[in-house]
Amino acid sequence: MTWAGPLLAVALTMIFGMILFAVLGKDPVRTILIIFWEPLTNDFSRSELLVKGTPLCLIAVGLALGFRAGVWNIGAEGQFIVGAIAGGAAGLAVYDTAGIWVLPMMCLAGAAAGAAWALIPAILRIRFNANEILVSLMLVYVAGLWLSALVTGPLRDPDGFNFPESRIFHDSATLPILIEGTRAHVGALAALAAVVLAWIALERHEYGFSLKLFGQAPRAARFAGYREARVVMLSMAVSGGLAGLAGTFEAAGPVGQLVPALPVGYGFTAIIVAFLGRLHPGGVLLASALMALTYIGGEGAQLEMRLPAAAISVFQGMLLFFLLGMDVFSRYRLAPSKARLARRAQGGAA
Amino acid sequence: MKRLSLLAAAAAFALGAGAAQAADPLKVGFIYVGPVGDFGWSYEHDQARQAVEAEYGDKVETSYLESVPEGPDAERALRQMAQSGHDLIFTTSFGYMNPTLKVAKQFPDVKFEHATGYKRAANVSTYGSRFYEGRHVIGLLAGEMTKTNTIGYIGSFPIPEVVRGINAAYLAAKSVNPDVKFKIVWVNTWFDPGKEADAANALIEQGADVIMQHTDSPAAMTIAEEKGIFAFGQASDMKQFGPNARLSSIIDHWAPYYIERVGAMMDGTWESTDTWGGIDSGMVGIGEFSDKIPADLAAKATAAKEAIIAGELHPFTGPINKQDGSAWLAAGETADDGTLLGMNFYVEGIEGELPK
Repeated sequence: MTWAGPLLAVALTMIFGMILFAVLGKDPVRTILIIFWEPLTNDFSRSELLVKGTPLCLIAVGLALGFRAGVWNIGAEGQFIVGAIAGGAAGLAVYDTAGIWVLPMMCLAGAAAGAAWALIPAILRIRFNANEILVSLMLVYVAGLWLSALVTGPLRDPDGFNFPESRIFHDSATLPILIEGTRAHVGALAALAAVVLAWIALERHEYGFSLKLFGQAPRAARFAGYREARVVMLSMAVSGGLAGLAGTFEAAGPVGQLVPALPVGYGFTAIIVAFLGRLHPGGVLLASALMALTYIGGEGAQLEMRLPAAAISVFQGMLLFFLLGMDVFSRYRLAPSKARLARRAQGGAA
Repeated sequence: MKRLSLLAAAAAFALGAGAAQAADPLKVGFIYVGPVGDFGWSYEHDQARQAVEAEYGDKVETSYLESVPEGPDAERALRQMAQSGHDLIFTTSFGYMNPTLKVAKQFPDVKFEHATGYKRAANVSTYGSRFYEGRHVIGLLAGEMTKTNTIGYIGSFPIPEVVRGINAAYLAAKSVNPDVKFKIVWVNTWFDPGKEADAANALIEQGADVIMQHTDSPAAMTIAEEKGIFAFGQASDMKQFGPNARLSSIIDHWAPYYIERVGAMMDGTWESTDTWGGIDSGMVGIGEFSDKIPADLAAKATAAKEAIIAGELHPFTGPINKQDGSAWLAAGETADDGTLLGMNFYVEGIEGELPK
């Protein structure tokens, strides 16, 4: 039953998407095929699915763990940016130094920075009962401005005519490519590992049990001796760390330098992915693939069908809308209000 | 028998390929940073794309991708275009520079044209416009039209192109109004109508009664119209968004350049070039003057425009000092293109610090 919701939501999105495309005067069946099927038919698009799906999957897995415990980290985008900054800065600090230790160092720096950024709202929640949704969200904008400030200042390319961008990372600071001639990088393997580890933690480890318990029955969790502060700190640190790692991968992979336009909203899209995947690591993996598909296919549809970019955004938005709608209807049932029942009773009597 | 069919197949293939080549239109792609409906930067590029289609008809087939962010997605969008058989691709925003070069390396047979950048390759040209010449003209208008002596300026990113515009406009405004002050707000985006409108409101609150912008939407023009102050069309004329507010405009005319480059592809004369056209080349247009501008001022601005076209006036003519008071240009000296392309300083008199 829990999995029927997302599937139905995808089906409804397709149906209403086709109506939307038809209204725009495009062949609806052809457009849907371009979005959902064509990216799977050639090597380049398949490799791009990995490029796009990797950060989504990494971030969403971390978020799913926290969401399970009722810890609402909405600021993964900020942790992603901070991770990119720290990882990138670590690589630039040793510019032109070769060594297989360079990339691991960058990844560590990125993950640590992302975790630290996520711990700010965690600590504020524990100490001052500040809402982590608001704090983590606001820190996204702080992180974005940090990135702009750094690439127009200390990290600016000295030979770059004052344009806001860092040097292009040297080879040792660039992620190895998985498939020759594409942009698919080893980060995809890290995302897979994160899925497996998260599944083990969630299903086979006490940590996962404490998360689920806090999410479903906080009082019971407290009686069982679990400390809320610990769960909050750990959830935020894990999701922030994974987002930070995704940021480092993005900088050291497809982009290859720090630029203000580095963040493209993976941190926010990952929230949709986490819910689409039912907060289950395996589900998140599938959901990130599906989401990546709509992006890549959406670009194809723009190019081939001359569909406006906004129509693709509407299409993606519909997916979340139907998903949330499905959730409401799978948990609740439409019932006439008491007042109406009373009226009906009166009407029956009269 | 086998050999014969093989031969026939080969012949058919060769013939087919030959026929296809003759009939195939030249495929030209465009990548825009904003939506084609931004009524500013991307809109004008798309107008020029349509002009290319109108010019060459069946001989050309164009396609575009809009709202492509200047980050990691740009490279995929470019590769997708290159891979799907485009012969010439225009990448119309500064942030596409490195992705353009990366993809160009992998597709040596595809030609690329990158707007406003400075890195070129055998199959990558760059092109841009000397918008600062237009800034000089509207700077004169702004300096005379302001009553509060405060001009608001909405900046996108502190890159040389934008800084150059601010400096050119300030120097022109100052030359006609020694008391003029510039208030500058950086919005860190090319296209975000919400942020642009906020910036316009903030500037008006600080006393600005003329607004200039280096962003892509007509949001500031709409606000100016509401508040009863003046503004200038940017990239596009934008008159419909501020019939009373609009004094004039800097209009980007990409069509002549695009038509020329597509033509060069067709003749096989395309070469990697660096084009930086000003008002004289037709790439920078000055929109008609509003009737709110007094006749003598309109005449002065027109004279400045004519002088720029004739090459008698350079908007950056010394003596000019940098903001910190150090000398930049001696009396009568004009700025060289290299310094202009890398401009990373304010000129003397502009308040506030350039974000670095």
